[in-house]
Amino acid sequence: MSETTNGESVGWQPSAPVNYSTRVDKVGTSARTARGIRIVLAFVLAGVMLIPVFWLGLTSFKSRADAIAVPPKVVNFTPTLEGFVNLLSDRSVLNARRLELMKERTDLTWYEEIALKNGQQITGISQYVGRLRNSVIIAGTSTILAVILGLLAAYSFSRFKVPGESDWLFFILSTRMLPPVVVTIPIFLMYRQLGLHDTHLGLILLYTVFNLSLTVWLLKGFLDEIPREYEEAAMVDGYTRLQAFRKVVLPQAVTGIAATTVFSLIFAWNEYAFALMLTTERARTAPPTIPTILGRGGVEWSAIAAGSLGFLIPVVIVTFVLRRHLLRGVTFGAIRQ
Amino acid sequence: MANVELRGISKRFRGVTALRDVSFTVADGEFFVLLGPTGAGKTTTLRVIAGLEKQDGGSVLFDGGAVDSRSPAERDVAFVFQQYSLYPTMTVFDNLAFPLRSPLRKLDNTEITRRVTEAAEKLRIGHLLQRKTERLSGGEMQRVSIGRAIVRQPRVFLMDEPLSNLDAKLRESLRVELEHIQKKQQSTTLFVTHDQVEALTLADRIGVLREGKLIQVAAPRDIYDKPANLFVAQSVGTPRINLFPSTYSDGSVRVADSPIALPFSQNGLPVHFTLGVRAEDVTPGQGDQRGEIALVEPLGVETILHIRSGDVTLLSMVSGMTHYRLGEAISFGIDQDRLHFFDAKGDRIDVEQGR
Repeated sequence: MSETTNGESVGWQPSAPVNYSTRVDKVGTSARTARGIRIVLAFVLAGVMLIPVFWLGLTSFKSRADAIAVPPKVVNFTPTLEGFVNLLSDRSVLNARRLELMKERTDLTWYEEIALKNGQQITGISQYVGRLRNSVIIAGTSTILAVILGLLAAYSFSRFKVPGESDWLFFILSTRMLPPVVVTIPIFLMYRQLGLHDTHLGLILLYTVFNLSLTVWLLKGFLDEIPREYEEAAMVDGYTRLQAFRKVVLPQAVTGIAATTVFSLIFAWNEYAFALMLTTERARTAPPTIPTILGRGGVEWSAIAAGSLGFLIPVVIVTFVLRRHLLRGVTFGAIRQ
Repeated sequence: MANVELRGISKRFRGVTALRDVSFTVADGEFFVLLGPTGAGKTTTLRVIAGLEKQDGGSVLFDGGAVDSRSPAERDVAFVFQQYSLYPTMTVFDNLAFPLRSPLRKLDNTEITRRVTEAAEKLRIGHLLQRKTERLSGGEMQRVSIGRAIVRQPRVFLMDEPLSNLDAKLRESLRVELEHIQKKQQSTTLFVTHDQVEALTLADRIGVLREGKLIQVAAPRDIYDKPANLFVAQSVGTPRINLFPSTYSDGSVRVADSPIALPFSQNGLPVHFTLGVRAEDVTPGQGDQRGEIALVEPLGVETILHIRSGDVTLLSMVSGMTHYRLGEAISFGIDQDRLHFFDAKGDRIDVEQGR
């Protein structure tokens, strides 16, 4: 692009900009092989990471017998939705007489057929569905809360002179220094007193607090990188600080917000210890539920695999939606003070 | 447009004094340039006027009314930053329209489009309106920045070294445009720079700032011809002014460590002082002084000669190219009506200069 200076037509441009890359490291043969090696390595690494997920997916479509077959079956099995049906339904074992009766019926749905093959009758929806819903509510709400509160706190720390700023930031970070398990008992007792035990609100509060240290620090790093001249320009242009924040800072912070959201969501989604201690029935989330599938009538590997797979999906969806912002976000916003 | 008055503004940052008792007035429609080196407090002054920084003492007045308690938005000023002021997530059009879409100004869309187009035309960026700002060159970015200031009719334009990040050729052409726009709009403008050429060419009046203190406020001509002290004398003029420790005795100004002596009849000179001579007031080829050429710097339009006389070197500026060669012995003259004298503290000594 050539500079159009003022109106005078300049026939000869003394310093015409160079529009093509003159970097040699992009074209050399050795550079090309290095690139090839990098790509191969990336694939190998991705393979290693994905094999457990792949195996999980495979197992979830196996029948009970195929799942425990030795040697393991990779392709030579008949895929079935048995695992999913077992995961999502409550069933009772039929006695011989009723089994005969059921077999004669023709109005059975496909999932009732699958249950029947194992001599079972579906009696209702399993608790796993409700608990997955709990997980979505609790992890979702606490993530949104943690990101919004963290964003406001991080912006204040980044832009205003907060008395004792570094002490506050250290205090916020220090909430992460103790392994959470250490405080489960005191929190359990407190929650019982406050009536927060086994409530959605209880877990939402807890996860929000735990995630706040992460979101404040991460977002402060991102916001520090946005020059304050932008807001000042907006304020001079006739906007209040809050309007400037919304119109000028937020659009530039999307990357950081996306990365922070994914990180806090993953924490809240995966949390196991507190969920196990602080909930029993109403607010119990998916992570402490999946292992309980183990116990009922032998190890149902395909149901466990199906449960784990279903558990992965929401995080995968969120990450996929935000992927465009993530790469830069994960590599860019190094935390510093 | 408004006039702007600063009354005894002072500002400290964590124990460092940025401004001490700065007072000046920018008249309605005036182009006022604050000149000073980095860290002199120029930007702080602008930020105080815009309301982005709160002063510790003193008052800012627009049209005689104090605006100290008003927010930047309410002051209705336009600020052109040195860099980083275009909103990167918006197109050029949206950037220009941004101040017009402020909740403070309720303008309808046709009016916004009209004003944006008009400003874009003035700055010759009409073809860039739909472009994202990251795909602009430095010059185009700064034009958009200036455009964002002129789309509305602010009370004051504040410009913080808007040209300093551009390359020399571009800076020159944008400087000329800026002056045209200012003269046409008759806008009250406060322009900050460390570049004395910008100051001299653009300003109706210049304020020279050093370490938070305003040293001299005067028209460019007076800043150049009657600098208030050594600092101002050295701040303006290329090549810089010749300064020599000198003495006055027997009706002559004598430059130390040099045979240079100038008959001078006026009273009021102390025995020891600093003599200042502008390079264009040293004329080679004619006169009573003797020296030899130590260096020739031909610049095309002019040539700078370094003349060695005794142990001192004078810079002399002559127009065009010259025939002088290195080591050549020459005679030269010094314009005795245009001498500058500074006392031991560096302040100007006013001597009635006549013949």
